[in-house]
Amino acid sequence: MNPKSCSSSDFWAGIIYMTFGITALLAARDYGLGTALKMGPGYFPSLLAALLTLIGIASAVRGLRGKGEPVSGLNLRAILFIAGPIILFATLLRGAGLLIALPLLILVSSCASAHFNLKRSLLLAAGLTAFCSTVFIKGLGIPMPLLGTWFGN
Amino acid sequence: MELISNLGMGFDTALTLTNLLYCLIGVFLGTAIGVLPGLGPTATIAMLLPVTFGLPPVSALIMLSGIYYGSQYGGSTTAILVNLPGEAASVVTSLDGYQMARNGQAGKALAAAAIGSFFAGTVATVLIALFAPPLADIALKFGPSEYFSLMVLGLVVAVVLAQGSLLHAIGMVILGLLFGLIGTDVNSGMARFTFDLPELADGISFVVIAMGMFGLGEIISNIEHESTRSVMVKKIEGLMPTRNDLKRIAAPILRGTALGSALGILPGSGNILGAFAAYSIEKKISKNKDQFGKGAIEGVAAPESANNAGAQTSFIPMLTLGIPSNPVMALMIGAMILQGIQPGPSVITEQPALFWGIIASMWIGNFFLIVLNLPMIGLWVRMIMVPYPLLFPAILSFCCIGVFSLNNATFDIYLIAISGVLGYIFGKLKCEPAPLLLGFILGPLMEEYLRRALVLSRGDATVFLTRPISATMLALSLVAIVIVLAPAVRKQRDIALQE
Repeated sequence: MNPKSCSSSDFWAGIIYMTFGITALLAARDYGLGTALKMGPGYFPSLLAALLTLIGIASAVRGLRGKGEPVSGLNLRAILFIAGPIILFATLLRGAGLLIALPLLILVSSCASAHFNLKRSLLLAAGLTAFCSTVFIKGLGIPMPLLGTWFGN
Repeated sequence: MELISNLGMGFDTALTLTNLLYCLIGVFLGTAIGVLPGLGPTATIAMLLPVTFGLPPVSALIMLSGIYYGSQYGGSTTAILVNLPGEAASVVTSLDGYQMARNGQAGKALAAAAIGSFFAGTVATVLIALFAPPLADIALKFGPSEYFSLMVLGLVVAVVLAQGSLLHAIGMVILGLLFGLIGTDVNSGMARFTFDLPELADGISFVVIAMGMFGLGEIISNIEHESTRSVMVKKIEGLMPTRNDLKRIAAPILRGTALGSALGILPGSGNILGAFAAYSIEKKISKNKDQFGKGAIEGVAAPESANNAGAQTSFIPMLTLGIPSNPVMALMIGAMILQGIQPGPSVITEQPALFWGIIASMWIGNFFLIVLNLPMIGLWVRMIMVPYPLLFPAILSFCCIGVFSLNNATFDIYLIAISGVLGYIFGKLKCEPAPLLLGFILGPLMEEYLRRALVLSRGDATVFLTRPISATMLALSLVAIVIVLAPAVRKQRDIALQE
């Protein structure tokens, strides 16, 4: 999406509804509609997906007609630095373990803020990692490895 | 009196040492997270849900209710002290509350909010005890067609009373219904919308959706609008209201409680409406009209009472019908299902200790709020002042670990990242995620009732119109839609639901 996009929110919301609706319609094609008496697994989803697609069209048309407010661009930096480290954490957790994945999550996500301060973030990472490994893993027994399979565990 | 013996049984359950402790922990944690700016009750509960999973059902639900009241109270504290309401219903509180804080009357505002909330909570607890059992009796007679129509009505009213565009509210409900269907179909065993990912076979957990859309989505948009916050007060003094203050807030609290209790039962933004209505009524009839907007104590007491009364009466449809009226109740229903309890009218008869225990714990939770939170206000102020750059990485860590603990699956961590980004995008597009969560919880239930109703009627779809209760509910849904589409009403609705 162009950050300077001046299209209206209705238009983009409509596109999203249509994307989900059409995807669901296509996916539900093979589920079997059945009959009203014996509803197949595809009956209800197809009904909903069709409705969603229609709403998407209505919303997009309303957007194209110029009603509704313009949408400001997405803040890619914020998305990247919040979703990115979470995905990184999930990827590293089994292999590297919490002691590596968690500090990385904290440090990388801290960069999302405009007021990033390395020293403060390092302290936070150290403190939170100590807290989480004591409370959640030792205390509550959540089965997360402290050090993962890469270290032979 | 049956009511007294029932409540007695409830207090027996709620007053055990462990349950008291969980209620206290819930209220404490809820307030602590709820005061953090930008985190409303839904996000708070979603984040704290994993904490309750290991507990027995009664304790878990008591703790969750405690978290709910705590987070609401925390939200009001933040609204008063830093003018950063975490949810729409606190917006009204911040109007006069923040002005009072600027005038050096933060203590009084907080006390008025606490007293109003406690009174409203007490009244609403009694209301639930009075009205829930007869309602459940009626609901026990419901067949699948009535349930399906009731859910349609619930969703329609939620859509009608949702903030923002009607079209988007409908779109989000349907999207939620579809998301709810992901996973294995119980009747045919067919995997639907799983895209060959075995991790999706059991569907997406509601915690993932709630945490992602409400928690992470909020964080992303908060970072976008990052700004420095200033707490209005360094030291809070004068917590005890004077006799004159009490006299001023007595009537507004009563009116707020009445309005909030009534509107809180409605699906959608019932408790937001309650707070707004209470505020505007006080503004109209108060002797101190000119002070409104500049720090009128009535302008804090009335909406806070309405808010808390509504928060509590919204439990009525949840506990008796198994229908969530707002995202918080949707989370409660999700938590009940996770604990192996099928929410609905049979809960009262089959698990009376659980039902009455929750009700008794509501009152206890409200009591804890008032005796704990006013003395601990110094701690909450310190929580509010934690700089955001320290706060959000900590929230991310807790979310990731919490969501992992659901199924011990890293897959769920990927999912919250995705649903967080989706939530942020929806927020940008002015599509409220609340209807989506309602749809998500109701999706599988609606399909099941629709299927059963049609099997019972031998495929005759008119069954929804020939059964009187079902037909009435569908007619009411239609009326609600027609009314809201009428231009005049629409304008009024937009004004009422405007932030």
